[in-house]
Amino acid sequence: MSELNAELEHPVYNYKVVRQFAVMTVVWGIVGMLVGVIIAAQLVWPALNFDIPWLSYGRLRPLHTNAVIFAFGGSALFATSYYIVQRTCQARLLSDGLAAFTFWGWQLVILAAAVSLPLGFTSGKEYAELEWPIDILITVVWVTYAVVFFGTLIKRKTSHIYVANWFFGAFIVTVAVLHLLNSAELPWSPMKSYSAYAGTVDAMVQWWYGHNAVGFFLTAGFLGMMYYFVPKQAERPVYSYRLSIVHFWALVAVYIWAGPHHLHYTALPDWAQSLGMVMSIILLAPSWGGMINGIMTLSGAWDKLRNDPILRFMVVSLSFYGMSTFEGPMMSIKTVNALSHYTDWTIGHVHSGALGWVAMISIGCMYHLIPKVFGKEKMYSTDLINVHFWMSTIGTVLYIAALWVNGIMQGLMWRAYNQDGTLTYAFVESVVASYPGWIVRVLGGAIFLGGMLLMAYNVFMTIRSDEPAEAPAPAAA
Amino acid sequence: MSSFWSGWVIVLTVVTFVLITWILLANRKRTPVDQKTTGHNYDGIEEWDNPLPGWWFAMFMITIVWGFLYLIAYPGFGNFPGVLGWTSLEQHEQEVAKADETYRAMRDKYLALPIEEIYQDPKARKMGMRIYGNNCSQCHGLDAAGALGFPNLADGDWIFGGTPDQIKHTITAGRRAAMPAWEAILGEDGIAEATAYVLSLNSRDADPTQVKAGEKHYQTYCVACHGAEGKGNPALGAPNLTNGIWLYGGNAEQIAHSLRIGRNGVMPAFGNTLSEDKIHLVSAYIYGLSN
Repeated sequence: MSELNAELEHPVYNYKVVRQFAVMTVVWGIVGMLVGVIIAAQLVWPALNFDIPWLSYGRLRPLHTNAVIFAFGGSALFATSYYIVQRTCQARLLSDGLAAFTFWGWQLVILAAAVSLPLGFTSGKEYAELEWPIDILITVVWVTYAVVFFGTLIKRKTSHIYVANWFFGAFIVTVAVLHLLNSAELPWSPMKSYSAYAGTVDAMVQWWYGHNAVGFFLTAGFLGMMYYFVPKQAERPVYSYRLSIVHFWALVAVYIWAGPHHLHYTALPDWAQSLGMVMSIILLAPSWGGMINGIMTLSGAWDKLRNDPILRFMVVSLSFYGMSTFEGPMMSIKTVNALSHYTDWTIGHVHSGALGWVAMISIGCMYHLIPKVFGKEKMYSTDLINVHFWMSTIGTVLYIAALWVNGIMQGLMWRAYNQDGTLTYAFVESVVASYPGWIVRVLGGAIFLGGMLLMAYNVFMTIRSDEPAEAPAPAAA
Repeated sequence: MSSFWSGWVIVLTVVTFVLITWILLANRKRTPVDQKTTGHNYDGIEEWDNPLPGWWFAMFMITIVWGFLYLIAYPGFGNFPGVLGWTSLEQHEQEVAKADETYRAMRDKYLALPIEEIYQDPKARKMGMRIYGNNCSQCHGLDAAGALGFPNLADGDWIFGGTPDQIKHTITAGRRAAMPAWEAILGEDGIAEATAYVLSLNSRDADPTQVKAGEKHYQTYCVACHGAEGKGNPALGAPNLTNGIWLYGGNAEQIAHSLRIGRNGVMPAFGNTLSEDKIHLVSAYIYGLSN
């Protein structure tokens, strides 16, 4: 690729690894969301697995979650954290070689997932399905990532560490701890292992991991993204420094407790369930701290929303973030959870965070970052970004509204009983009643995926265009 | 939980509460100031020193106080049971007891009557149908027509017998079918011959020499369970081979396959899942499907 040649290189920063991760963000976004649309369609039309084991729902579903969280989200986090840490520390990455290793290592992890999951290799832990040899590779890549990131922080030329980097730092450290503890397992054969924990303890460790994958991978990391790109794109100062201090420390202190709300009304002891619920509710304010700081940073620049679809992506993603971090604590309340648990509501909630927050903030940041690291003035087409924005928004709203309706309906049908004490509906009746919502879900997902294809075209044309930006400005003092 | 771990949980919880309360109070600025920056500048990004929004501060404080009070009222601080003494197990038991009190009399009324007397009662049928829908339909189908490997319950043919008592026994204790695999004994030729004979029992076309050879096998190995005329034996769960009803499929290849590998169908026992009165009602419903 001529884009990767030396003449585009920034005099100070390593942009090559940022470019690589940025391009793969788009590629893996499309792959992961395509698999999502396929499995959503399989729920409506089961024949779409074509009786091929590798395409069966049970194998493609973990492929979807791993691809969107770790391949798409992970690549976006690598790209933006490497970009931000260099620019806010005014220092080149600690080591170009180690940075390149994290890129190729992470791609290898993704490739191994894409092959092993459809083949049926799984440790059976949600969002941690990959078998032990891949777990070891993840550990090696992640430790290298930590070395590169914190090494760059140490050699910074600024006196303080910018807030975005606090969030990235917390994300990197906590994900390492989560991965190591949850994936502790006894290897049995080259692609089979058994968890180090048993029974309820295993379930608790799994959901301590699972919820904090949401908290630190999908929240803290993306808040780091937000704290750099929102003020940059809006050209406004960050609203409140002290708010960022309070909500950062509160978020990392409280999130780690919230996992037990995934195990309400199970064999998990009552005290753990209560603690999980209490901490989940306290988590509302720290979560909203990030939204307030983002939205208030934009206040005074609202007029820019009229013609800047990138900023729109960011504002709407913050709105979805605020909405899903309100919904989460509410769903963690035991009495609400008794209705919502095991229904489509949970999946809708996850996607209001995943599509509305994680994907949309990543997309907005990529539209800001890609022209910069490829030495272009701006994206090839602003109109296409605008179309993409509307497709993402409409797709997300269709998706989550359909699953709200489905989830509440399922919960109510399951608990409805007759005057004689028997249940009113057989389970299968709630399945039949769910079809309309599932069709709307496929539609919403397909629209969102369509937007990603537009993005791929736009990115491709941007990279190819001959129009260079002005020479990279020296780093601001 | 040992008192050490209980103490550990309490200490960690209290430390977390203290930490977040302290960081919140320590950063509270009571009087709003003009929008001055902190003086930081990162890659062109400045930071304002605005105070925490009042409503946000209040919301945070309220949730912290509420959370602390909740943990005093309910279990949460390690082994401390909470002043309300609530447990999820007790709540469940109370709800079950209440439901039993409300509904038991209604169902017990039917339990006192024999199935032959209640299977046509519309109310009993409806109750039985709902119990069926939630416990049996997963395998036998909502219409009770069964599927390959799962018997049809509405066709009047019974593998383990169709009297009310037999049905009740099947549901309460479950059933295990035990058709052995004959491949090792009969060989592939013998399987083909036995298949031909079973087809002839149903007046279907088969090579007469094979039928003859198959009859020999049948009289040696199959007769003990399926009977001299192939009519089956409900006491052993041996199906009737002459009525055209096939649990595992009735074409030549399907029959040969059953002969080769044997069949060991399992009906799970519901005696521990459903109370006796519910089993009585669902048995009446199933009995009524073919009577």
